[in-house]
Amino acid sequence: MQIVAQIVFLIALVFGVSFFVRNIKRMLRNIKLGKAIDRSDNPSERWSKTLRIAFGQSKMVRKPVSGFLHVIVYLGFVIINIEVLEIIIDGLFGTHRVLSFMGGFYNALIGIFEVLALLVFVGVIIFWIRRNVLNIYRFLCRELKGWPKNDANYILYFEMVLMTLFLVMNAADYQLQLNGAAHYAHEGGIIGGFPISQFIAPLFEGISNSTLIIIERATWWLHILGILFFLNYLYYSKHLHILLAFPNVYFSKLKPKGEMDNLEAVKNEVALMMDPNADPFAAPAEGEEEGEPEKFGASDVMDLNQVQLLNSYTCTECGRCTAECPANQTGKKLSPRKIMMDTRDRLEEVGENINKNGKFEDDGKQLLDDYILREELWACTTCNACVEACPVGIDPLSIILDMRRYLVMEQSAAPNELAVSLTNIENNGAPWPYNQMDRLNWAEEN
Amino acid sequence: MAEAIKVPTMAEYMAEGKKPEVLFWVGCAGSFDDRAKKITKAFVKLLNEAGVDFAVLGTEESCTGDPAKRAGNEFTFQMQAAMNIEVLNGYEIEKVVTACPHCFNTIKNEYPSLGGNYQVMHHTQFLKSLLNEGRLKVEGGKFKGKRITFHDPCYLGRANGEYEAPRDLLKKLEVELIEMRKCKSNGLCCGAGGAQMFKEPEPGNKDVNVARTEQAMETKPEVIAAGCPFCNTMMTDGVKSKEKEDSVAVMDVAEMIANAKDL
Repeated sequence: MQIVAQIVFLIALVFGVSFFVRNIKRMLRNIKLGKAIDRSDNPSERWSKTLRIAFGQSKMVRKPVSGFLHVIVYLGFVIINIEVLEIIIDGLFGTHRVLSFMGGFYNALIGIFEVLALLVFVGVIIFWIRRNVLNIYRFLCRELKGWPKNDANYILYFEMVLMTLFLVMNAADYQLQLNGAAHYAHEGGIIGGFPISQFIAPLFEGISNSTLIIIERATWWLHILGILFFLNYLYYSKHLHILLAFPNVYFSKLKPKGEMDNLEAVKNEVALMMDPNADPFAAPAEGEEEGEPEKFGASDVMDLNQVQLLNSYTCTECGRCTAECPANQTGKKLSPRKIMMDTRDRLEEVGENINKNGKFEDDGKQLLDDYILREELWACTTCNACVEACPVGIDPLSIILDMRRYLVMEQSAAPNELAVSLTNIENNGAPWPYNQMDRLNWAEEN
Repeated sequence: MAEAIKVPTMAEYMAEGKKPEVLFWVGCAGSFDDRAKKITKAFVKLLNEAGVDFAVLGTEESCTGDPAKRAGNEFTFQMQAAMNIEVLNGYEIEKVVTACPHCFNTIKNEYPSLGGNYQVMHHTQFLKSLLNEGRLKVEGGKFKGKRITFHDPCYLGRANGEYEAPRDLLKKLEVELIEMRKCKSNGLCCGAGGAQMFKEPEPGNKDVNVARTEQAMETKPEVIAAGCPFCNTMMTDGVKSKEKEDSVAVMDVAEMIANAKDL
């Protein structure tokens, strides 16, 4: 019987982990559909930023209530998962609390896990109330209707269930140890610390050991299978941030927020235009491929860079960006969160296309218009409030800018008044139709 | 009649074989917009008062390309940048000061990789350095004790991390500085950035400048201080939309200092 359980466990573990690995590989493949971007500079600054913002949650706590609760759930998640190590060893080898040889330290550890589990449980309930009962604007936006809202709730339910299973499992185990049941009781007395589950254990008094073992085994199995399921749910949910927040912060932009990249392709064109010796009618040099002219800006996910695509997988749809966006606050369609969600949805669609066809086959769709509307793009003031607000270093503004570049440089589709101003800049060096020769007139005026 | 102000150009300096201490980059708004021209003049008066050896490019100056870049027209931006950098490098400019955070951001951050490397300062940073060097004295004067709130320009604040220089200047004026609920890194945009200044807003239920003005009004200010000609326009329009233009002024920090000194 025991050996069967061990084999079933091994199969579940191998299946759970390999399915997860398969999906992560797909995700990485999808991210690599984007343009390469070099973010290998300043590793020490990048590490310190990652320690501060990702590990240290420094931007999360700018909103004290959700920030504090998030820190609890984050710590709970990271620390309680040490327990998973023991569960895996026990499952594979049929042992009971194999790490208990550490004695008092082990007991303290289990005790801490229990306290954290309770705190996580409470935190998650408050999160649920914030999402479903309180009228918090960023949880009520248009783009959260339907799946995204359900997704968020499923994650919360999941964590509630996992924490409950963990505590009930410990309670049953504790009661079995008190009862002196075989395989559970140890010579040295009670192993593990049960500061929380000791209050659940009295419910089990008077229940036979065989029933208790069923409860303990059932919760143990549901707990570990739940964790394996949750691991695999990540890829299909908004919850990948628990893994990707770290690389995402590491690869985020270090330069001043106001600095927008100078397009290399344009640099070459401008250099040619400024060069008095350049022959505009020159044929391409011998042996030089006359390839596709480079596309300016982005109309689909493949035109974005890999960090932007990583950003889209990292976004957990918290909406802090959207809550700070001046356009969104004044009723415009733009929501930086939606920009990220659309980018990911389209990227997933492209990925599915590749899974099916072996390579990407034109599906007549693109990120622009089919997902992100021009009206959204043109509502942005480039104020960087969204970038500043993101707790994990996502840059929705860079995507907006790249898509504007496509609209203006590939399609000449700037809004009319704006097109006039741009023409003015080209013609007379100012966005208004004033003569450059009048630029110093102010000095003479009173 | 105010006396004419002294505004030397780089061309004049070049002709005399001299180099100024700093180039004052006036910007399009500062050159052409009636409201912004007052800021330009106030700043020039302060430069003269402090005995700063400065010059402007005058007719050789052209748009930095900021609105073109943010609108997505990288070509126009880089053409403007190339022309401006040629002029600036031709005059061997090392230090630039500007009263426009958009020009400031563009020249400071986006020109270097196109061949234009200068030390670039926003006028509030420059005025603060003049103060620290003892070249300019700023005292309370007529703004002493007045309720003032400062609106952070996005391209000075969030974009470049400068929140303190304008506030330090206001403190020197001994004003009662009252921060808006949204300020510094959380400040709300005035609505002009990203080339929005040059287009109609997209459909919505409110204009951004009105939303920001409402936040400013919550502080019950006598003056809304700004550090950007576009913010200035937007906030001025916002105050007008609230019909408060008689009781609330929108002023650039440089104007306030010049005003306090009766320049």
